[in-house]
Amino acid sequence: MKLLKNKTFQSLISSLICIILGVLVGYIVLLIINAEGAGKAMITILKNFFVYPNAKMRMEYFGTVLVKMAPLLMCSLSVLFAYKTGLFNIGAAGQYCIGICACLFTALYLHWSWPLCLLSAVAAGALFGFIVGVLKSYRNVNEVISGIMLNWIALYITNSVLSLVKEPSSPYTYKLQGARGKAALLPQLGFVNQIFNNNKYITIAVPIAIAVAIIIWVVLEKTKFGYELKATGFNRNAAKYCGMAEKRNAILTLVIAGALAGLGASFYYQSGIEQWECTATSVPGMGFNGIAATFLGGLNPIGTIFSSYFLQHIKEGGTHIDTMKYSAQISDLISSVIIYLCGFVLFIKYMMNKITVKSEERKKERLAAAASAVNSNEKKGGDR
Amino acid sequence: MLQILEQYTLLLQYTLIFSSVLLLVALGGCFSEHSGVINLGLEGIMVIGALGGALFMYYFQDKLTGFPMIALTVLTSVACGVLYSALLGVACINFKADQTIVGTALNMLGTAAATVIVKAVNLARDGKPSDELIYRLGRSSFIKGLNFGETNFEFNWFMAIAVVMLIVAYVVLYKTKFGLRLMSCGEHPQAAASVGISVYKMRWSGVLISGAYGGLGGICYIMAGGGTWHFSYGVAGFGFLSLAVMIFGQWKPGKIALAALLFGVFRALSNVNGSISLLSSLNLPPTVYNMLPYIVSLIVLAFTSKKSRAPKAEGIPYDKGQR
Repeated sequence: MKLLKNKTFQSLISSLICIILGVLVGYIVLLIINAEGAGKAMITILKNFFVYPNAKMRMEYFGTVLVKMAPLLMCSLSVLFAYKTGLFNIGAAGQYCIGICACLFTALYLHWSWPLCLLSAVAAGALFGFIVGVLKSYRNVNEVISGIMLNWIALYITNSVLSLVKEPSSPYTYKLQGARGKAALLPQLGFVNQIFNNNKYITIAVPIAIAVAIIIWVVLEKTKFGYELKATGFNRNAAKYCGMAEKRNAILTLVIAGALAGLGASFYYQSGIEQWECTATSVPGMGFNGIAATFLGGLNPIGTIFSSYFLQHIKEGGTHIDTMKYSAQISDLISSVIIYLCGFVLFIKYMMNKITVKSEERKKERLAAAASAVNSNEKKGGDR
Repeated sequence: MLQILEQYTLLLQYTLIFSSVLLLVALGGCFSEHSGVINLGLEGIMVIGALGGALFMYYFQDKLTGFPMIALTVLTSVACGVLYSALLGVACINFKADQTIVGTALNMLGTAAATVIVKAVNLARDGKPSDELIYRLGRSSFIKGLNFGETNFEFNWFMAIAVVMLIVAYVVLYKTKFGLRLMSCGEHPQAAASVGISVYKMRWSGVLISGAYGGLGGICYIMAGGGTWHFSYGVAGFGFLSLAVMIFGQWKPGKIALAALLFGVFRALSNVNGSISLLSSLNLPPTVYNMLPYIVSLIVLAFTSKKSRAPKAEGIPYDKGQR
């Protein structure tokens, strides 16, 4: 019962409940589509790279999941950081997208070196965050709606700018590994790459992403700035009354959130693992999945490391299933069901608190009853 | 001269169909917000409504035509929208969940589920995992080609449906007891409860009506795209554009209709900019026209959000004990 009162334990249990129910819904959908292979498909999704019999292959694909986790972690930190100030940064998807635009353009067109490309992605993301922040603080525009509008604007800008560095025969941008963009590739990790069967996409991005998560935790929990942000999130007016610059803080939060999403774009695209498709019809799902990771991680930066790994794990797992029977989007379906269920987390925690309070009350009653019984016995003894 | 007339008829045709979509969905948002629930899941509701209608047309296109086809497709879409919006109702009204999270989840779920379902349908038919559903024959029931001399105007029954639904929304909200009660729950639910109005019931009605309008808007949206639709595309942010229309229209049906027309023109431009000689002589890249509706809505929101007429209690879960 003591355990049930612990906040971290409560978050963990709620997230696990969400995951189990999400997977269950996914399984039911698979059953409906084709009952025969449903169990096998679900196990494939959950096993992901463990489906490979060869240990070396497993490590290589495990590495790929880590490479894809880094940007997701950054997007989810972006959403989390803004959420602590009471802002819902659905614009993370667009900030991520414009980050891709900046780092690939500077890499392939201007031939900049990797630190500069990385910074340009950060700056582009921050700029888009800034726009949302200013509109929110000074024009009272709902950050969700302005964020969505900017997502579409970012997509069209990215498509038209990156058409300048497009392969002539395909809709994709040039490979970063070629002569044009070599300088922009993030440094690899040497012996760590060997552990992962020479997976060349593993770069400094993976450890830095985890370090950033820890830094965000420190900023939010241990600094005055983080305290002010959280206070603004709890009660805007109270924070203003206490002399906190709530408008400036809102803008600053969104700038940082945008920068984080932009950094995520650089982490992913500067590893050279993927090229941008200039005919894309929607922004990459990374930013939206970041929302899932944020809430699944119990709104804790350290928790998001695990939740973003898990979500990326099942997403990669989805690509291994038999596409002649099911579609890979089943993992998107599972993660969106998980976010939906995260809406119920407050209720789950409320129930857990209720259970502990009730059991404590019962304990107290029992103690009181026992005490009164003892008392009456003593009284009886006194009478005699 | 004739050519120019043709160009503008095309522009008018697209404007009217996109305005109809925006109008329907924005009215849906209007019902939900007046009852006190922010419905950010409209985008997902549109996708599911569109999926329902498209699947109906797909399966029945060689069995039904004309009025039965139109009526049953519309009903299927409405039913799907209503059912899907119930997910929002349960979470936000009964379990007091965060309306932003649940709305976002519904948007993601809508596209993911639609893609999975359409791929399953196509796989079962010919073993090809395509996300494109083809219902060209079913769509033709909705279209009526009108001839004005030399120019052709493609009339879509949804244009009429949108106007009817606008009138219905206005009458229900302002001229009936139900509508006035619904709106009171979005302004001050505790006060409404104190005079015997069931806030839970009213909020449920608001959400379900928004589901009906959203589903209708969804099927109307994919009608503009010819006889096929890639369901992995979703509805391109139209749910959110409609929310912008609703805010610009200050939560009032009449003003929403005008706002929808304005946004509809900008959206139509991205479809027809190449065929209008005046615009193609400007030599702007087509991307500019693609971005236009979103940029315009940002600017419009920046100038209209300051003195917002939003229902006062929207977004706040109803708590009986709080007076």
